[in-house]
Amino acid sequence: MRLLGFLLLLAGWVITLTAVVLLSGKAFLGVFVLAGVGVELMGLVFVSRSYSTARESTD
Amino acid sequence: MKTLSQPGLSELSTVLCTALILLIPLALAGISLINTGLGRARSAAHLMMSSLCVISVAALVYFLCGFAWQGFAGGPSHFIAIAGKEWSWIGAGPFFLRRLSSNHVSVSLTVMLGMLSVGLAAMIPLGSGAERWRLGAACASTALLAGITFPIFAHWVWGGGWLAQLGVNYGLGEGFLDVGGSGSVQALGGLTALSIAWILGPRHGKYTRDGMPSAIPGHNSVFVIVGCFFAMLGWIGLNGAGAILFTEANPNRIVPIAINTMLAAATAGLTGAVITKVRFGRPDASLTANGWIGGLAASSAGCAYIEPAEAVAIGIVAGALVIFSVEFLELRLSLDDPGGSISAHAVGGIWGLLAAGFLARFPAHVVDRIVYSPSAIPGQLLAQLVGIATLIGFVLPLTYGLNWLLNRYYPQRIAPEGERQGMDLHELGAGAYPEFLTHSEEFTQH
Repeated sequence: MRLLGFLLLLAGWVITLTAVVLLSGKAFLGVFVLAGVGVELMGLVFVSRSYSTARESTD
Repeated sequence: MKTLSQPGLSELSTVLCTALILLIPLALAGISLINTGLGRARSAAHLMMSSLCVISVAALVYFLCGFAWQGFAGGPSHFIAIAGKEWSWIGAGPFFLRRLSSNHVSVSLTVMLGMLSVGLAAMIPLGSGAERWRLGAACASTALLAGITFPIFAHWVWGGGWLAQLGVNYGLGEGFLDVGGSGSVQALGGLTALSIAWILGPRHGKYTRDGMPSAIPGHNSVFVIVGCFFAMLGWIGLNGAGAILFTEANPNRIVPIAINTMLAAATAGLTGAVITKVRFGRPDASLTANGWIGGLAASSAGCAYIEPAEAVAIGIVAGALVIFSVEFLELRLSLDDPGGSISAHAVGGIWGLLAAGFLARFPAHVVDRIVYSPSAIPGQLLAQLVGIATLIGFVLPLTYGLNWLLNRYYPQRIAPEGERQGMDLHELGAGAYPEFLTHSEEFTQH
């Protein structure tokens, strides 16, 4: 889950960069940038959950 | 590699910028006092010692290679071409600050500001790793931050890199705006603090077996509050010097910047006090201090381009966000952050970057024969979002990965025995307050 979380973080950033390069000046650039940030937030949730779960299992 | 023309500063701007930069060490002193006050007495000397060592390591590594890779706007840097646009991704200056005196004075000032900024960023994780982060590991982690993470992101933002060029290359406002370092210093340091908190795990005794957090109060709230005063002075220096060096702000903008900085801190601190009073019956000094620092962190991004009323709004939101974030991290995510560094610096800083996208007003200007009013530059919010996405999607994995690797070869957490004994005795051999120690033999020997 942790690795997946970090992959999602990177994927979100790549989505944002790709949107800036490919959709420059287009109306829906903002939607894709927001989608990238959304994917990153999902990645953050995964990484955080992986640490909470690991701590609970050691308890 | 390319070299562009060098920036210049008027004599008045140079003098003012120098004076402002000399205020920044107060922010370092303030943050170290806050971190120490929020920790327990048995690790107080260790935290102050760690602050000193971390600042020293950061300065040396920045001298060695940090500034070479950060660079400055108009300085030599490496480019890659993407879809016909040039992306400046890393500085290409000489190592060891060679040829510094042959550059314009603004470059020397940028070095000084960068050296203090990287020191400040490196001290932020000390708050989240307090009472369990070995001194040697903190120094090694700082070397990675000052030599890799900070220079790369600072180049993108302050060194004329691709984030700063988003406006020129892609029409996104004026490019990523971060006058005093909400992103390059605060969020970067805060995200490193998050990585350290993840890697180290919580302090022994912080969580009960059923996962409930125990309160481990700080040992000296006077340190914490005095630290807040020092931090505000330091932040005025940071924001003012950043505005002069990175946005070519006129000297007459410095007083409004100082007013905005103070208002953001004041309202964030008060918001923290009010929220804790309403929720817990009494205002909480440590959370109020965290709110204050969150307000300062949030003020940095757009301080040169906002009105005082907007600084007040930024401060109120920052204060509330920091308070709720502290609780969320501790209760929901089981993250032990004794100094509140993640909430104050990462959450506060990212909010400041976002707020700058909504609120920043640039002087009226003309693009393609269209006159844009001060508040109507299209794409500024998008530029800020791209910068925030870079912090979360690139800087966080990078800083986590570097610290994870370091931890594999040089364990960062203190041994359980050292944690029980206290960091002062275990790592330094003496406590911060020896006269307050109870020696059992004094009671057993007659």
